[in-house]
Amino acid sequence: MKKLKKILTFSEALTCMLLLSGCDIAVLHPAGLVAKAQRDLIVVSLLLMLCIVIPVMIAIVAFAIKYRVSNSAAEYLPEWGESHKVEFFMWGIPICIVAVLAVLSAYFIHQYEPSKPLDLALTDDGHNRLLRIDVVALEWKWLFIYPEYGIATINEIYAPTGQQVSLQLTAENTINAFWVPKLGTVLYAMPQMNAKLHLVSEEDGQFSGISANYSGEGFSNMRFTWNSVSHDDFNHWVARVRQSSVTLDSSTYLALTQRNKNTPVTHFSEIEKNLYYRIVNRCVVQGSQCNEYLMRLAAEKSLWGELCSVFNFK
Amino acid sequence: MFGRFTDPAAQAFSALQHEPIVLYTVVAVGIIFFLVLVGITLFGWWGTLWRNWITTVDHKRIGIMYVILALVMLIRGFVDALMMRMHQAVAVGGESAGYLPPDHYDQIFTAHGTIMIFFMATPLLFGLFNYVIPLQIGARDVAFPFLNNLGFWITCSGAVLINLSLAIGNFARVGWLAYPPLSEVSGSPDTGMDYYLWSLQLSGIATTIGAVNFVATIIKMRAPGMTMMKMPVFCWTTLISNVLILMIYPVLTVAFALLACDRYLGMHFFTNDGGGNPMAYINYVWMFGHPEVYVLVLPAFGILSEVVPTFSSKRLFGYTSMVWAILVILVLSFLVWVHHFFTMGGGIAVNTFFSTTTMVIAVPTGVKIFNWLFTMYKGRIRLEAPMLWCLGMMFTFVGGGLTGVMLSIAPADWQFHNSLFLVAHFHHTIIGGVVFSYFAGFVYWFPKAFGIKLNRSLGICAFLCWFVGFYLAFFPLYILGLMGATRRLQHYIEPSWQPYFIIAMIGAFIIALGILCTVLQLLLAIWYGFMHKGILPVHENDPWGDARTLEWSISSPPPAYNFAIIPDVKTLDAYWAMKMTGSKRKKTDFSDIHMPSNTSAGFFAGLLSLILGFALVWHLWWLVALSFISIIAVIILHSFVSDHNGYYLSSGDVQMIEDQFTTYLESKGIQA
Repeated sequence: MKKLKKILTFSEALTCMLLLSGCDIAVLHPAGLVAKAQRDLIVVSLLLMLCIVIPVMIAIVAFAIKYRVSNSAAEYLPEWGESHKVEFFMWGIPICIVAVLAVLSAYFIHQYEPSKPLDLALTDDGHNRLLRIDVVALEWKWLFIYPEYGIATINEIYAPTGQQVSLQLTAENTINAFWVPKLGTVLYAMPQMNAKLHLVSEEDGQFSGISANYSGEGFSNMRFTWNSVSHDDFNHWVARVRQSSVTLDSSTYLALTQRNKNTPVTHFSEIEKNLYYRIVNRCVVQGSQCNEYLMRLAAEKSLWGELCSVFNFK
Repeated sequence: MFGRFTDPAAQAFSALQHEPIVLYTVVAVGIIFFLVLVGITLFGWWGTLWRNWITTVDHKRIGIMYVILALVMLIRGFVDALMMRMHQAVAVGGESAGYLPPDHYDQIFTAHGTIMIFFMATPLLFGLFNYVIPLQIGARDVAFPFLNNLGFWITCSGAVLINLSLAIGNFARVGWLAYPPLSEVSGSPDTGMDYYLWSLQLSGIATTIGAVNFVATIIKMRAPGMTMMKMPVFCWTTLISNVLILMIYPVLTVAFALLACDRYLGMHFFTNDGGGNPMAYINYVWMFGHPEVYVLVLPAFGILSEVVPTFSSKRLFGYTSMVWAILVILVLSFLVWVHHFFTMGGGIAVNTFFSTTTMVIAVPTGVKIFNWLFTMYKGRIRLEAPMLWCLGMMFTFVGGGLTGVMLSIAPADWQFHNSLFLVAHFHHTIIGGVVFSYFAGFVYWFPKAFGIKLNRSLGICAFLCWFVGFYLAFFPLYILGLMGATRRLQHYIEPSWQPYFIIAMIGAFIIALGILCTVLQLLLAIWYGFMHKGILPVHENDPWGDARTLEWSISSPPPAYNFAIIPDVKTLDAYWAMKMTGSKRKKTDFSDIHMPSNTSAGFFAGLLSLILGFALVWHLWWLVALSFISIIAVIILHSFVSDHNGYYLSSGDVQMIEDQFTTYLESKGIQA
């Protein structure tokens, strides 16, 4: 029976591959605004380029057949090697296509810059303020902190459908990348840095997330789920997390930085203030000094710092 | 005294003890190696091997050795690929689903990438440069014959060092470009990362040496009359490719040196503490890494520009366009590196700039496809194996270019980054663009080197297997990428991914059949050489017919001195012009020819650099000092003691060698 089931899923996937539609290809069946725009961009750019690539492919095969040596009926011009007309088109056509694509790319880069909040129409129930989630890539699990709610989780995100989520990403040690294919835009979670990403889900559902940058032995285990739910369900979930007996402070965080695979979904009912800031600035350990402070010290000492530093000394 | 061998954390022999796959491989390689040694001794070949090959400074023999090294490494790298495909085909569920634990699997994908780029593609490239370039520009050797020999042996010791990691210690588990902090001591405390660093440093030094040589050779040693715009396109691409190497390899060397400082001296260039910055490394390494792609692919374009005209019996379309396209690529290739990390959150300005430059580079690349297409137009196309590889390359490479442009659109890349879509793309361009072209060149120039063509049917089979296998192996990966599969996954949980991985595995096995065909072809050729006791008879100069460049004007295999009389070049496609004007080959009145003497310094310096690398990996400081001083001593000794005057091949000897060729041509009734 089990075998039969296996064969069935296998053949199902096979047929779906042949048809390519109907089965769940995450990037082509997005659930969020950003990913939808990216899907459109991918499809448009593909079609645009196919306009030139398919004729070229056909020409390669057609020329190979037409001008084969056995076909002595075909014209033979051994010394023909220059034609300004042909060269005009062979430079011109790619330049035109690239120009169009470059404009498209620039427009979308501007429109969907990850650090900028998305242009969303406000819903009338006033729910469209940003939900902030601070993400820390650990070895090998994801820590999600909800600073506005004072809660945190491991490998699990809940967010209300339709509400824009403003993520900040960093990593404790190795570089990872945060990717929910259904929602769009991968962004690196880098140690010592704070990268900003805005995503929104437009459908209820469970979307799988994965790390898109290799980070060592337990890399394949860096999976999480993004649950897109109604506002009520989200509030229920928050209440459930708050009932957890575990809290997140410096010492529990330091324990989390230990390397391990297969960390189960965990809820933290309370979080220490400014923990995310201290993770980014690498001063979670008692007595260590924060990077921002060290940079400020270094800047103060130099002429460059005095002239150009972002820190205001006076 | 024993450095890290006594440190249990370095796990000197743990792979042999715990990984049966590794153990059997090492035993098998050991047995083969032993058999080869026994064979050489039984046949009494040591003397010949030493005099004619190991100490040779003849660019043709060095070229052949480079190609042999590349083919051996191709098999090593390909076995890695097969293991990954087989593993991923079953690795659904949890970590224990496949047959490779993460520790081993991570070493395999790192080794696959590193070996394929640095020890397969690069040596194959230098093999072709070495064999073909001096012949194409009408020179008797490269500018620095000793450097050539030294470069080969250092490459070889790099390759040996990276393969030693299989048996002793382990290899890096960091991906082929070793991003810190994973590659720092904190992320990779054992010997693997050190093997990676030192074997690639050796390969980098050797490649730089080789590049100096070829830039000098092409600029200074062209036959009289061959101005830059009369050079064959392969020479142009080689020149630009080597200029690129000279510009980018120092960047890699410095990046690796800084990483080595972090690892060995406790510095903080790329660490997370002490003010280090891992992103700096990523920038350095891609400043190398992206132009490196063009280092590999430009000569591939050059090969097509030689092969397509020959088998179309027609001149290359748009030579000037071609040369300008190559020069544009040279400049642009330095302006695109950030597209490897559009996902770092670089901001609107940075992303727009690099997205646009990346797209622009598609223009000169696309132009080349049209050049070859219109070379075929109104030609007389013969579908021999080299031409098939070229057609396969053109057909496949446009597809790879297409997905490349898709990746260059930054917002689209935000959905493709580090997914299997990306993996499929770069294999699409590297296999479809680089490997197919190199095979075209390999099959095309093989009869020049050995006098006989490789078996035709097997050659066509090899091409068909690679072509079909490629599409089967990599198109599922495009779909998997769109389904959300990232690269370097040791296991996955979505059962819907599995069928695609299985199809990809089948594709990989079909490619394996292609490699098998090539191996059979070579065995047939080796058998032919064996029958002639290694002294290959002279054959006709232009076996493919309608060849256009100078290397086809001399006998196959060419004499040690290449050209008895240095040709006088008047036009592009010099040999074609000679045939058209009916100019006769000179058969008498040769003068003495000056030849460089052999030297063993390159071999010893290479061997010592292998020891140096090994000692650095295992922290055997006394051996580091000893081998380092010895390398310098060898080079100094070579400068003072070796024979730098060379010797003269008398006009009588030249006459004798040329007479053989004349006799052959007359016996075939060819007037030349």
